[in-house]
Amino acid sequence: MKAVCWMGTEKMSVETVPDPTILNPRDAIVRITSTCICGSDLHLYDGFMPTMEQGDIMGHEFMGEVVEIGAGVNRDKLKVGDRVVVPFTIACGRCFFCQQQLWSCCDNSNPNYWMAEELMGYSPSGLFGYTHMLGGYAGGQAQYARVPFADVGPLKIPAGIPDEKVVFLSDIFPTGYMGAENCNIQSGDTVAIWGCGPVGLFAIRSAFMLGAERVIALDRFDYRLQLAQQAGAEIINYEEVDDVIQLLKDMTGNIGPDSCMDAVGMEAHYSGPIWMIDRGKQVLRMQPDRPNVLRQCIMACRKGGTVSVPGVYGGFIDKMPIGQYMNKGLTMKTGQTHMMRYMKPLLDRVERGEIDPSFVISHRVPIDKAPEMYKIFRDKQDHCTKVVLDPWANGVGAAA
Amino acid sequence: MSEAARIHLRNAQGRHHRTATAFRWSALITGGALALIGLSKRSKSGVAIATAGGLLSYAGAKVGAHRRELIARSSILLNCTPEEAYQFWSKFENLPLFMRHLESVTLLEENRSRWTAIGPFGRRVTWDAEIAFDRAGDVIAWRSLPESEIYVDGIVKFRNAPANRGTIITVVVVYQPPAGAIGGALSKLLGKDPSFMMRQDLRRLKALIEAGEIPTTEGQSHGPRTGVAAAARLINPDEPIKGEGNLTDIAEARRRAS
Repeated sequence: MKAVCWMGTEKMSVETVPDPTILNPRDAIVRITSTCICGSDLHLYDGFMPTMEQGDIMGHEFMGEVVEIGAGVNRDKLKVGDRVVVPFTIACGRCFFCQQQLWSCCDNSNPNYWMAEELMGYSPSGLFGYTHMLGGYAGGQAQYARVPFADVGPLKIPAGIPDEKVVFLSDIFPTGYMGAENCNIQSGDTVAIWGCGPVGLFAIRSAFMLGAERVIALDRFDYRLQLAQQAGAEIINYEEVDDVIQLLKDMTGNIGPDSCMDAVGMEAHYSGPIWMIDRGKQVLRMQPDRPNVLRQCIMACRKGGTVSVPGVYGGFIDKMPIGQYMNKGLTMKTGQTHMMRYMKPLLDRVERGEIDPSFVISHRVPIDKAPEMYKIFRDKQDHCTKVVLDPWANGVGAAA
Repeated sequence: MSEAARIHLRNAQGRHHRTATAFRWSALITGGALALIGLSKRSKSGVAIATAGGLLSYAGAKVGAHRRELIARSSILLNCTPEEAYQFWSKFENLPLFMRHLESVTLLEENRSRWTAIGPFGRRVTWDAEIAFDRAGDVIAWRSLPESEIYVDGIVKFRNAPANRGTIITVVVVYQPPAGAIGGALSKLLGKDPSFMMRQDLRRLKALIEAGEIPTTEGQSHGPRTGVAAAARLINPDEPIKGEGNLTDIAEARRRAS
């Protein structure tokens, strides 16, 4: 089959590899019909996440049809022929964490638990196509994928809904939604969201669904800010502003937003001496993260407010405004998305027509064009917001 | 492996000798004390304490000048009752399903079993062991027979986690490989950090009991690897931890356990 492989920093390539096979009793094999490039894949593309290995298959946002299931899969939950969206987190369904609905903390799905343990003290669940430290599972930017614990994660999708309306249930829609839920929104609240990529855009819509009165969105690309505005947000291009914190204060009667969300993560862009320090440390491999959005969230948030962090971080950070965090009495909520909590309720919202997630798509291309799309997406060229790959289309064709 | 991981493992190796000496003395002292307390109690729990204490002193005393002792110690929370965990562990034939270096355990006669470990380059080490103490749902201790070329003594304790959140098991195994080639092979296998190895084994046990299978990526598809990475994997068998639990073995073990 065809698969997008990580061949080194900024080196992606579509390779022909063996089709996946059932390796454990609770596995299934899915023939993939749609698959996407995620913003978090760019952290791998840029080489900032440790424990990638040449030849690893990328991708964790995919859906398709079940073509084979192992002997241990509960037939009442999943059978051959089912059309499914596969969540990016892998969960056993039976450990303490799964039973607490903390699916992305599953204890039994990472075969390389110890690697994550060395770096983070504990391991979150295994993920598709996202470093050996987080499982080393082959990803879904391919024609087929092996899905472990297949009777827990995959969500059945009824016929009649096109892929593009449901494929984002695999990650970014639930991730944006959980980011908004973690904001602890009370009716009438103002929520500030850094980053208007797909997760930020879903978070804006989710914040309104959860009762926010105002959403203020920050980015540095006008085409993304336009999408945020279409979603109902007030917008700030932070590169055109001297002091973002003061502006947010001014916009909120000097009280600050009730909640602040970091939908950017480890590769934030900013300027000044603090940028030089963070970027320098990143280049020297002393610190994988450039955490300025997190700092700004803490500094901007009103007293007693909530900071929500769906953005991905990898290691230790410094220049953390802990004095502000403590003295303002803030709460911070974060985590990889507990996918299985949100997929079905959000599918219901899609079916009821409350939201059409396909609004984020900017590019639909054959899988063979994936390597160049990584670069375009990373460099924010061509107004790229979200790339959906067709694993079966013939490679020679124009991007649409 | 990450740099942080490497540093951690190196430090763990450095700590090992001091830990072993400390273990010897603390084992002798606490073990002896426990044995005395236990015997003075003249009750069922007294017997258990005395036995555990005796085992500890025995382990401490056996740590001789000519043998390098290796101690593995770890614990894990299992989402099952102490009885279920005990049932699984007390069938020693199940241990190779999750103990990576064990090839097989076969029962010889009542209380006795033959253990085979597989070391680097497929070198096998075999020894016989007997059950030293066994109380259903609570504790099992075993020790190698005096004529064994390697001493392996172990104890596993099962206790309820608070609020019925499963079972916390605690395992201590003391290895004393002999001098010479076989001992060298075994030391090499365990010497990196026996407690680290034990922790991986217990994770695999946890997955097997809770999820019904050990997570793995062994045998999955991938694009072209570099020769360096392939060689590194051959040289360092710890990286990554493999899920080689074979499907039929797991099914068979579950059948036996139920």
